[in-house]
Formats: sequence, C-alpha cells, structure tokens
Amino acid sequence: MSSYRHRYLPMTDQDEADMLQTVGAASIDELFRDIPDAVRYRGTLPVSAQLDEPALWAHLRELAERNTDVSRCISFLGAGLYDHHIPAVIGHLISRSEFYTAYTPYQPEISQGELQAIFEFQSYICELTAMPVANASMYDGATALAEAGLLAAGAVRRKRLVVSRGVHPEARQLLATTARGIGLEIIEVDYIAANGSTNLELLEQTLNDQTAAVIIQSPNFFGCIERIADIATLAQAQGALLAVSVNPLSLGLLEPPGRLGADIVVGDAQPLGIPQSFGGPTCGFFAVAEPLMRRMPGRIVGQTVDRSGKRGFVLTLQAREQHIRREKATSNICSNQALLALCAAVYLSVMGKQGIQEAALLNARKAHFAASAAASVPGYSMPMAAPFFNEFVLRLPDKLSYAALSERLWSDGILAGYDLEQSYPELAGHMLLAVTEKRTRADIDRLLARLEEYA
Amino acid sequence: MNGNQPVSGSGGQPFIFDRSKPGRIAYSLPDCDVRELPAEQLIPAELLRTVPASLPEVYEVDVVRHYTALSRRNFGVDNGFYPLGSCTMKYNPKLNEDAAKLPGFASIHPYQPATTVQGALELLFTLQNDLAAITGMDSVTLQPAAGAHGEWTGLMIIRAYHESRGEQRTKVLVPDSSHGTNPASAAAAGYTTVTIKSDARGLVDLDALRAAAGPDTAALMLTNPNTLGLFESHIEEIAAIVHRAGGLLYYDGANANAIMGIARPGDMGFDVVHLNLHKTMSTPHGGGGPGAGPVGVKQLLEPFLPKPLIVCHPVGTYGYDDNRPHSIGRIKPFHGNFGILVRAYAYIRSYGPIGLRRVSECAVLNANYLLSRLSTAYDVPYPGLCKHEFVLSGARQKALGIRTLDMAKRLLDFGIHPPTIYFPLIVEETMMIEPTETESKETLDAFVDAMLQVAWEAEHSPETILQAPSTTVVSRLDEALAARRPILHCDCD
Repeated sequence: MSSYRHRYLPMTDQDEADMLQTVGAASIDELFRDIPDAVRYRGTLPVSAQLDEPALWAHLRELAERNTDVSRCISFLGAGLYDHHIPAVIGHLISRSEFYTAYTPYQPEISQGELQAIFEFQSYICELTAMPVANASMYDGATALAEAGLLAAGAVRRKRLVVSRGVHPEARQLLATTARGIGLEIIEVDYIAANGSTNLELLEQTLNDQTAAVIIQSPNFFGCIERIADIATLAQAQGALLAVSVNPLSLGLLEPPGRLGADIVVGDAQPLGIPQSFGGPTCGFFAVAEPLMRRMPGRIVGQTVDRSGKRGFVLTLQAREQHIRREKATSNICSNQALLALCAAVYLSVMGKQGIQEAALLNARKAHFAASAAASVPGYSMPMAAPFFNEFVLRLPDKLSYAALSERLWSDGILAGYDLEQSYPELAGHMLLAVTEKRTRADIDRLLARLEEYA
Repeated sequence: MNGNQPVSGSGGQPFIFDRSKPGRIAYSLPDCDVRELPAEQLIPAELLRTVPASLPEVYEVDVVRHYTALSRRNFGVDNGFYPLGSCTMKYNPKLNEDAAKLPGFASIHPYQPATTVQGALELLFTLQNDLAAITGMDSVTLQPAAGAHGEWTGLMIIRAYHESRGEQRTKVLVPDSSHGTNPASAAAAGYTTVTIKSDARGLVDLDALRAAAGPDTAALMLTNPNTLGLFESHIEEIAAIVHRAGGLLYYDGANANAIMGIARPGDMGFDVVHLNLHKTMSTPHGGGGPGAGPVGVKQLLEPFLPKPLIVCHPVGTYGYDDNRPHSIGRIKPFHGNFGILVRAYAYIRSYGPIGLRRVSECAVLNANYLLSRLSTAYDVPYPGLCKHEFVLSGARQKALGIRTLDMAKRLLDFGIHPPTIYFPLIVEETMMIEPTETESKETLDAFVDAMLQVAWEAEHSPETILQAPSTTVVSRLDEALAARRPILHCDCD
C-alpha cells in the first residue's frame, strides 16, 4: 500500500486493495511485470521537489514577479505580438470549464457549444479577410504561413516558394525549416530600402513557371502596407498563388486581401484579445479561395442537421486529415487552438461592426501621431515611406546605438521597440515601434522627451 | 456556402449574428487623445476597406449570455467521466490555470530583454531539466506546439543527424497500431513510411521489423505502451534491431501517463521523445488546443535541436542559446506555448518525483480494474495486463446489429463521454478506454454499470441503442451531408 496522499488522487488503501483483488494482482508492482527488469526505473526521478499548494502558489508568484510585465512599463514593443486592451468578458468566458476542459469535439452531440463557437470563428475570419472558407485555426500565424506554402506547392505542383523579406523573420525561418522537410526551394525577395515594401521589380524578375506561390505579409514586418493587388497580378501571370499574412486588427481599416486577389490568407489572431504570454499560445487563422477548400490543413467545422432536421455542427471534410489519410494527409496537424479561437471570437463579438473599425483607426491615429512626432525630433527620421498601420521604423541618430537607447528608455520605464539589426544587418540603428490604442498621449510624449534627451 | 438551410428553431442556439441590432455596442475604447485625422489622411484611400466586415452589433450581456449558453452545450472533464483513449483526459488543476494568468506570465513579451524575464526563463530551464529526467533524455526543447508538431520536429532532428553523417536514409517505420500523426509527420519531414504489422499479442512483429530494417531506415516510431495499452516487452530487442541497421528510435509520448517514474524511454533505447503536456502533464485540452509537445533527445542529437534553447549561465542568470550552427532551425515563433509550459511546470511541482510515480501507478490500476470488470460483457482482443489504457472490441455486439458507434452514442445518455472508437485500426469495432488516475472507484463503477447495461440492451433492447442519444441537445448528426454539401460559415449579413 502507498502512504502517498494527494488532492488530485482519489485512490484509498481500501480502493487499492479492492481493485487489486478484482484484477487478481497482489500489488500494483505486479501490474508492471511485463516491463523487463533491464528497463525498469528503480530510482527516484531527479525532478523538482513537491510543493504543497500554498508553497506552490507562493513559488509561482515569486517567479512571475521576477518578470516585468507590460502593465509595469510603457511598451512600444510589437514585432508580431502586441499590447492591446483585452476586454474583461473574454477571460471570464474562456474560463468556463465546459470549454477549456473539453477535447476536440469528436462526439458532436455533446460538443455543440464548441463546434458552434468555432463555426462562428470561421465566419468571423471569412468576414474579416473577405475569403470564402476558413478553418478552425492553426498553432500560430507563422506555422499557418508555412502551411500556406505547403498547400500552394501541392495545389500548383511546383516546388519553389518566393517570399518577401518583409515577412516576419521568425516566420521565414520557420518556413525554411518546413520547406526543407519536403524539399521545397525558397527564394527571398528584398524590400525597397526607401519604402519598406516589397520590391516589385525584383519580384517580377524572380517569378517564373516554377513558382508555386508568392508569400507576403501586409502590413509587413516593418509595418508597411504592401501593394497586394499588384503582387496578385504578378503572381497570377506566372500561374502562382498568392499567400498573404495579415494583422487581423488592421482589417478593421484596410482593404482585405480577399478583395485584392489573394488565394490564401493567414495570420495570427493574437491582436484579437489574446494575451502576449511570452509569445504563446496564440492562434493562427487560415482562409482560402474555394478551389483550395479540400486542400486546407487542420480541423474544419461544418453545419448539418440531426435526425429531426435540427441544425447542428460537426467536424467535416475529414478525408483530408491524418487520422484517415495517415501519410497522405494534407498536413500532420491534429489539433487546433480552439480555446484561443474562442478568445478571438469573443473579442470580435465584443468589438462588433463598429468597434473593430474604431479600434483599427485609433491604432492608426496614435501610431501616425507618434511616428511624425518622433521623426521630427532632431537626429531621428522615418526611412521607410510606405503607408503603415500601427507600427513603423524609426532611424536613430548615428551616434546613438539601439543598445544604449533601449537601456536608457528601460531605466525610465519604457520598453523600447524591436532592434531591427537582429534580423536585418543592414538596419543597424533602426528600431521598430508599435503604438496600440493603449498608449496614451502622455506615454507618447514621455517617449518623445526621452528621444530628444538622448539624441 | 452559407447557413441558409432549414432550421428547426425549437431549442436551437441562435448565432451571435442573430442577436445583432444596429446601434448596440459591447466595446469600450480609450479616447482618442491625438489629432483625430480622418483615415484617408493617414493611409491612401485606395488601401482602405470599402465594405465593413459584417460583425454583429450586440451589447455586453448578449456576448456573455451567448457564450455561456454555448458552454452549456459542451462537455468537458469538469462535467464528467471522459475515458477517451490515448488522450489522457485527466483533471486540469485550477491552481495551474491561475498561475498562467498571473500578469508576470501572461503579459510579458518574448523580445523583452532577458534580464527582465528571469522568472520565466528559470521556469523554462527547470522544466527542460524535469522533462529530461522523466524521459531519461539528455536535452529538451520546449518549442513544439503539440504532439504532432513534436513528432515532426523529432523527425527533422533525426534527418539532420543522418545527413550530418553523409547518409540519405529515406524510410520511417511505423507499427500498424500507431497514431495517424506518425506517418503524416514522417511525410512532412520528407520520409516515406513502412508499416510494420503487429503480432498476435498486439506487439511489434519482430520478424517483420527485422525484414524492414535496413540501410534506408531512418527511424522507427513507437508508442510504448502502444495504442492497445500493451507494453512492448521486447523493447530492448526492437531497439537493437533498429540501431544495428543504423536507424534511430522515436518515442511517441502520447502514452507516457503509464510510465512516469516506472520506466524511461531513454533507458529503453529511444533516441528522441516527445511528450504531450496536455495529456501527461494535465494542461487542459482547451476544446482541441492549445497543447505543447516538448522534444527530448540523447546527447548525440543535441546539436540539431531547434533554436533557441534556454540556458543557465555560470553566474546563475538565464538566457538563450541561439548560436547553434547544426540546429534544424526554427520550428515555432518565440518560445513555444509558454502559457501551457507554466501549467505543466506547476503540475510537476504539485507532485514531485514520488507523486508522479503514484500518478502512473493509479492510472494503470484504474485501467486494469476496468478491463477486468468489462471483460465478461465485451470481447477483449488482447487479454492480460494492460497499462494506462486498453481496447475492447464490439464484435459480439456487431453480430447483433449494434455497432460500436451506436454504443458510444448510447453512453452519452449516461452523461459519460464515450471512449475513443474505431482506433487503433487493427481491431474490429474498437473501443479504446483510458480512465486516468484522477477518477475514483465510484466513477469507474458507474461507468462499468453503464457499459454493462449497454451490452444488455444490445441483446434485449437494441432500439434503445439505435435511437440514442435521446438526452442531448441534438440527436445524431448527418456527417455525410456536412461533407457532401459543405456549409462552413454563417450568412452574416
């Protein structure tokens, strides 16, 4: 008998004795007699020690408090993950444990809530992107982008992907890893230094009848809005597909890729009410033109009827998926980010038709105010002239390094923007700043005063 | 392609769009405290949206009632027994949820200076070590987002290893009882798969393995215990066969709940392991995600792990190791599903080494108890000991005209989530049952009572089963119709 007691474990000594008797075993150890001695582990695992609940809570709080969260500073850091307001209702609704303690809705009759929520999420993504079909979500925006590349290569039966250097550097790295897996070739196309958007002349020269897809991001990593319709025309001319990664919040203001000729639209739903959480979990979304529907990766929820004709929802088009098709599946993905798709769906329900437009416009107004004010501080400039949404590149004075500036800003409680030199060696002394609706005029003025002081 | 299809209104849950009324709002945004320039003075008019997205116009109470109503049409572990085989639907501790929501975890940015996130990095570093200890591996990456993502990561590592030795191995071996993600992940890593049949005992057929293993073998992917709930007792011989052929062994950790502190994949001869933290380490499944699928490797594969790793500097501070020239590269943005990793760490610390072992002991006793009690009423294709799960066959009931699908639907009327059905593929009319350690004897007995009643009904009252479920918000749904005439979003306008 074990003397071990734990609040999550119901087994009593009496239970153990009764159950062993039913099984016909003398001890629990006997249940493991099929494991050869040579591979039995007889020691005590060298893992972290057990803590009782009060001690565990104190320990976790102590670890958390050793991190400076964005509520304790003024964040101008974005670069793919943003400090937006999260409406209070979201946390309460996604904490309904009927949602978060369920698994993939394999039994639709007792999963109608989840299925309908995802169906509505798919509807929201179709509305935002102006695409006809969306799936139930992906791990994140970057893996969704990589899957878009795989889908295109399979659909067009070509092996070359052309990707703009304006796509998030980590997404491009991930795409490279993914492409290597199945032997696809990646060609990167540069941006125009003075503009920040993809160089269309270079792009046109790069495209040919071997190109499966053009992959861009808009607004791109520099915050710049790409000329999606022109790029779509170039792609189409070579029989290639266009995949666009978008910031979903920007679509409250910007013309959606679905109306500009995109074949695949992906992105990360993090700006839609999902906490930054050190980068994950977030939620990727994935939408396609109708001919590509049966090539989509991941789960898809569809509407149907029950035996009495009542509307209901099920997982559908499963003939694409790994549990049916095994090695011939369109993707190996077998989960989605249901809880975070729910988060985004609640956010979009809260924002509604007006709110999404107002929030997007507010982001743009504050970012444009901050950008023009920062660029007018002597020594600073905005080197990229393309239109932008809520993020922009600021060039620092020659004698001021990013490291020196960010350190001094931090000592003033300001979290600096992203150091572009990390991913673009040619952009030393360039900082990517994000200005969301949460940044007040006072926050921005404080940043401006410091920029001036350190110039 | 929209939802304009006849709907019986009674008892159905309207769409959020159906609640919309122009003029209502549920949002509250900060005032605009900068110049209120019109959009076209910020961004050229030709780039602006011409038709607004048709999102609903509702107020906050509508949102709350809608999603609360949806939640009541859903079933989770907190609602009742959920013995879904290979999914390890154990209790999701509440403290862990609270921990992940602490601002110091939920509101930090991955590009913040490492000096400002030392608590997060310490947690990740410790978790890397704890998972290495549990699996018997030397190094762990926490980056993969899910089990399938971990499989693909592990196979890319294996591929990089072989390539570093100048070898182009093309085949991955998978047992016929394996998860569907195994061959799908192998394909995504550029491999072709060879299926190894199971022997009469439900274990890997050694002769078939010997025949298949050769100079083109990159790896064998194996779940141990396997998806039948059986421990591959000749695992040492399996490892020797694969290693002699120059291949590596991949451990699919979906079934690790059976072995914590009892046997370690590293000691069995495995070179790469993934764990599903949303299974073994109790993080909630979230309705299908998010999860996390960390990957552990033996020393020889450490150079190929994805970037970056979390390291502890000699001075006791934590940081990133990005300088990894042989790495397979990046497989996930930022630092993986951090919020899930926080919960998993909290889980491990709530048990410690003795507790984790007790978890697996109880999981295995619970499974064997159910197997014993159900073995009279249902066919048991592989009699004997099971580990954390087992399979039954509904062949006996099928002969009476009742399929496993029908029995699963009948279980819904008892407030029980049915087992995994029709998997693994090698058993006729399969039911795959995994009770987990967090279920009490009373719950198991109630499940047995329900299962025995269903077996009785199959003989004496088949109509009851064929009509089931009768207590759910909808009756059986037409899945064929959904696939034949796909309706994938509502008509929002």
